[in-house]
Amino acid sequence: MQTIRPASSLPDAQGKFGRFGGKFVPEILIPAVSELEQAYEEARSDAGFQTELRELLREYAGRPNPLTHAERLSEHAGGAQIYLKREDLNHTGAHKINNVLGQLLLAKRMGKKRIIAETGAGQHGVATATVAARFGMECIVYMGEEDTVRQRLNVFRMQLLGARVVPVTTGSRTLKDAVNEAIRDWVTNVETTFYCIGSVVGPHPYPMIVRDFQKIIGEETRQQFLERHGRLPEAVVACVGGGSNAMGMFYPFLEDEDVQLFGVEAGGRGPQPGEHAATLSAGEPGILHGALSYLIQTGDGQIGEVHSVSAGLDYPGVGPEHAWLKETGRVEYTSVNDAEALEGMKLLSRTEGIIPALESAHAVYFAAKLAGRMAGEQAVVICLSGRGDKDMETVAALLAGEGEHD
Amino acid sequence: MTELRSLLQKKIQSGEKLLSIYLTAGFPDAEATLPLLQALAEGGADFIELGVPFSDPLADGPVIQAASTQALAAGMSVEKALQLCDRFTGEHELPVLLMGYANPFMKFGWQRLAEQAQQARVAGMIIPDLPPEESETVQETLRAAGISLVFLASPNTSEARIRLIDRLCDAFVYAVSVTGVTGARDSLPAQTTEFLQRLRSLTEHPVLVGFGVSSAATARSLVAHADGVIIGSSVIELIRTAPGLDAACERVHAFVREIKTAIS
Ligand SMILES: Cc1ncc(COP(=O)(O)O)c(C=O)c1O
Repeated sequence: MQTIRPASSLPDAQGKFGRFGGKFVPEILIPAVSELEQAYEEARSDAGFQTELRELLREYAGRPNPLTHAERLSEHAGGAQIYLKREDLNHTGAHKINNVLGQLLLAKRMGKKRIIAETGAGQHGVATATVAARFGMECIVYMGEEDTVRQRLNVFRMQLLGARVVPVTTGSRTLKDAVNEAIRDWVTNVETTFYCIGSVVGPHPYPMIVRDFQKIIGEETRQQFLERHGRLPEAVVACVGGGSNAMGMFYPFLEDEDVQLFGVEAGGRGPQPGEHAATLSAGEPGILHGALSYLIQTGDGQIGEVHSVSAGLDYPGVGPEHAWLKETGRVEYTSVNDAEALEGMKLLSRTEGIIPALESAHAVYFAAKLAGRMAGEQAVVICLSGRGDKDMETVAALLAGEGEHD
Repeated sequence: MTELRSLLQKKIQSGEKLLSIYLTAGFPDAEATLPLLQALAEGGADFIELGVPFSDPLADGPVIQAASTQALAAGMSVEKALQLCDRFTGEHELPVLLMGYANPFMKFGWQRLAEQAQQARVAGMIIPDLPPEESETVQETLRAAGISLVFLASPNTSEARIRLIDRLCDAFVYAVSVTGVTGARDSLPAQTTEFLQRLRSLTEHPVLVGFGVSSAATARSLVAHADGVIIGSSVIELIRTAPGLDAACERVHAFVREIKTAIS
């Protein structure tokens, strides 16, 4: 493994993590990303901003959330002890709210009252609609038409919260196309609009900002585990779509070289092109949505089709910091397919009485396998990024298709 | 000075206003591109921007998005666009620039692109998602092959950045008329004029203005403050709605002639 520079030192002044990241955006957006960069630099060192954010996280989002010992899951896995970082217990049901509270507080500070966002599973859209309502801001959410169908309940939640949901009918009608449409809106309304991006993707400074707002996941986990055990866990596992819950979980552990870090991508229906969304495992470097990172693409450099049973992982790109962590070898990236994710969902539901989001279920499945290969006194932490309520319709249809009703 | 620059310069010095037309390569299909380019040339275009389609054109409005999707479905690629360019420039003097998003070019390989583009007599490249901070080595590679990388400036571009773009420029500055995506607009806001005046006070390089230009009247009013105009979506729309290739060629020929006359 290459030696890691202090985790806190990246990105560099150009917004790069090694060769990844950067600002591959049209000239029109350069003033917007520069303005954001400056506003964030100021906010980051402003005690008032940090206090307000901490208070919102505590009183509104419900942090800190627990680190639950999953005893029956551990027993089932038959090896290491498994712990769950309970992002599913946050207000709105996923880790997404951590980032949205930070970004919209920043938007407020910048005097921007029109908020746009993209969403895949709908969790980021719901979180954005929620915080926009709380702050009295206008909110427009772009969502691929296919996702508006499979995450119908979240569309309704967003509308109830007063947001306008715009179905996107271009391209594959999923998350990637929702990002395209959000960027087109941003280009057009750049003076008045704040783009609240939902993962550690996009042009600099977004990957850094979103990571910083999500790193509370790893900070709490590290402290909770240390307090309870006087040491760190041997392994930490998180699912990777764009990579925000994983980045937030991993970042505070980057310099703890004895802690193994695993990112789990969507293996979909199999390794054939178009059937999965395992960007880091099967993709190659390329430029999409403002950054150089890994990408699923065709031989001609067009963005490839992707598939995952979970809308939140159904994305052909990934955050640039993950690309860098892959190349340095600090994080190991692997994938879990649709059927295994469903298995993971059932497993956690039946051993612990916790129904995970389909995204998080990918991490659960891998972690259970991993724990099985480890010793009983060792520990694995799973970032349980969200709860499964939003997926009940999808899962019911899938299980009915399998002829399984028990 | 690159070849493109001296060509533009010669026309500008003789008092001409320039007209550049954007055409998506392979739209509506690969066979249509050469006849359409021919029609643009005969209609009086001063140079061509041949669009290399991308699956996710995030600075484009619906018209060019749809044209890109259709061209890709018909099999267009960087390699094929270069072949089309080679065949066209083999028979015409008209300079051709390639316009497209960074990823297909990067995947093709910048060095390989520079070599093959040089062979195909490509005069320049426009890559909207490759701003100055990300394009240093790309510009060097292209320049070594005699190809100009064209940068864009928009109404919200700061004075400092316009000076940066001016310093890097080796052909012309592409002025984006409005903040927004590509697409025809009935009229342009008053700020466009202010922006063009500001831009010209900060650069000696030729300024061509594009995005949203759709009519002879708009084109005429713009060239009071610029060295020329760039038209894309309106031409694509003419082609899309034409009953066949011959009709499309006739329409774009007539349209180009009308605009060129209006700005002369
Ligand atoms: C519960 C949950 N987990 C994970 C993800 C994937 O996003 P990321 O990789 O940015 O954490 C999503 C995205 O919608 C989600 O809703």
